[in-house]
Amino acid sequence: MHVVVCVKQVPDTTQVRVDPVTNTLIREGIPTVVNPFDYYALECALSIKARFGATVTLISMGPPDAVKSLKKCLAYGADRAVLLTDRAFAGSDTWATSYALSAAVRRLSQDEPVDIVICGKQTIDGDTAQTGPGIARHLGWQQVTYSTGVEHVDPDARTITAERKLERGKEIVRTTLPVVVTVVEDAPEIRYASLPGIITSLRYTPETWSVQQVDVELANLGLKGSPTKVKRIFAPPQRSGGEVVSVEKAGLVDAVKSAVDVLHTQGVL
Amino acid sequence: MPKTTDDSIKDFRGVWVYVEHADGKATGVSWELLTPGRHMADALGVELGVMIVGDSGSRLATEAFAYGADIAYIIDGPVFSHYRTEPHMRAVVHLINKYQPEIFLLGATVTGRDLASAIAIEVDTGLTADCTQLGVDVEKRLFEMTRPAFGGNIMATILCEQHRPQMATVRPRVMPMPARQPGRLGRIVREELELKEADIATKILKFFPTESEGVNIAEADIIVTAGRGVGSAENLRMIEELAQATGGVVGASRAVVDLGWISYAHQVGQTGKTVRPRLYIAVGVSGAIQHLVGMQNADTIIAINNDPEAPIFSVASVGIVGDLFEVVPELTRQIKAAREQAAANV
Repeated sequence: MHVVVCVKQVPDTTQVRVDPVTNTLIREGIPTVVNPFDYYALECALSIKARFGATVTLISMGPPDAVKSLKKCLAYGADRAVLLTDRAFAGSDTWATSYALSAAVRRLSQDEPVDIVICGKQTIDGDTAQTGPGIARHLGWQQVTYSTGVEHVDPDARTITAERKLERGKEIVRTTLPVVVTVVEDAPEIRYASLPGIITSLRYTPETWSVQQVDVELANLGLKGSPTKVKRIFAPPQRSGGEVVSVEKAGLVDAVKSAVDVLHTQGVL
Repeated sequence: MPKTTDDSIKDFRGVWVYVEHADGKATGVSWELLTPGRHMADALGVELGVMIVGDSGSRLATEAFAYGADIAYIIDGPVFSHYRTEPHMRAVVHLINKYQPEIFLLGATVTGRDLASAIAIEVDTGLTADCTQLGVDVEKRLFEMTRPAFGGNIMATILCEQHRPQMATVRPRVMPMPARQPGRLGRIVREELELKEADIATKILKFFPTESEGVNIAEADIIVTAGRGVGSAENLRMIEELAQATGGVVGASRAVVDLGWISYAHQVGQTGKTVRPRLYIAVGVSGAIQHLVGMQNADTIIAINNDPEAPIFSVASVGIVGDLFEVVPELTRQIKAAREQAAANV
């Protein structure tokens, strides 16, 4: 069995800002991290490997620097890591990104047919939750989103049983392989990277693939292959703050009273 | 995989909303979407349509008309009784291909996101997630979709110029509910889709409803939220008392949930729930941007924090700088007194 995990290197979003003058992203000096949800995807894959046996391959799309994140994830026990990196991919929206990643999965299938692709439920920079299902549609596979874990894989019957987390409760679904699974954050605890795993990852060099290595139409990649385009970006509008009273200055009873008065005038009470 | 970048997009007309439902009841966000939907349909001079996939057809259509829809497209059948990606996607794709709406909105729920993502690839168009503002450029008939990105630190306005429909999802409680006009009429269009159970790969084996803890912060009118400043799980008692006095429910910041003081169901913010209560009281919450994006649409916000520089004060209608262990009991006392007085005056 062959399981592919999608990993994205993302900026630490708490530190991203818009330059208020130019309305462009300030990217300089922003540290990058592995998208936190992707660790749950990795854990899910490694758990399948441990229980049912599988080759686990990591794929990522991003700048050359993203090999750093792949090496980091490899230490947990993945077998292979591939980075799709090419200027042609830059500026891709979720349509073009999932198209490129689906092409990488097809290419990996030439070495060993891929049965399961696992993604984090979303990334913390884009927050769309669209890339996983996008990969499934581009490949024509089944999709199981918002999964808390894969219960069973039956390689002979070619089925997978997984739990999904919905607003109203949880459901157990069974579907056919090949499948794309996206994983939520209340999936099981993430294992630690083992010392041998860390040593292996330090010595490992992820493969890097350009557009030459995958079967894609260039017109479907990057900015020009993306149906959605950013028209403008801007700093979020600030809700203007109201009165701030201090207990130290106004006294406890009066400070609290000023808040209760507002509730009265706004008819909340 | 050729994309449809040609003149045919000019034939797409109409604004549509997907009605997500379970057990015969629509999700609130389905109706909320009819508010921006109505504005845009009127601006563009087209009909506002809803799409209902599943068994409980015309009663939901009647509701949709009362909330402002002009036309309901319905596909019924036993395979649609519970949401599954494949049959629902096939039904929606069928309707889109046949009736060609120019704008299509879905709720950013688990089901809405699952479905929208699949449809966008299947009909080969763009999709913008979690929009907070929706508008149209009437002259160019372009949908302007504005959403937060990078955890709410930036806003981006997105266009989908060359593909139709222009698709967006919106989180629950971001748009206001439209006024309900009982008796308002609309047109029903029924479509058939030949789809047999044997053709669908995915089976739902079991469903466990969430054990009802009695908390649904997304729908609450009043929320009292505890932040890390509350100090311990035991101190949440004080927050519960204030919530009780106001007739509200207890919310929590991510830190409080991560520390295990309260369950995830209470979490407000980017990785929790988006809320839109009449009153939001933030106690010991510093106000990280990820928290603010989940609650800044509250009508009235009271913030209590001992740090006068806490970002939460920048969105608060009233801020109280002080020791929350003094302020909260006093606020509880004054609110109780005010309520008792109001009750005595009735």
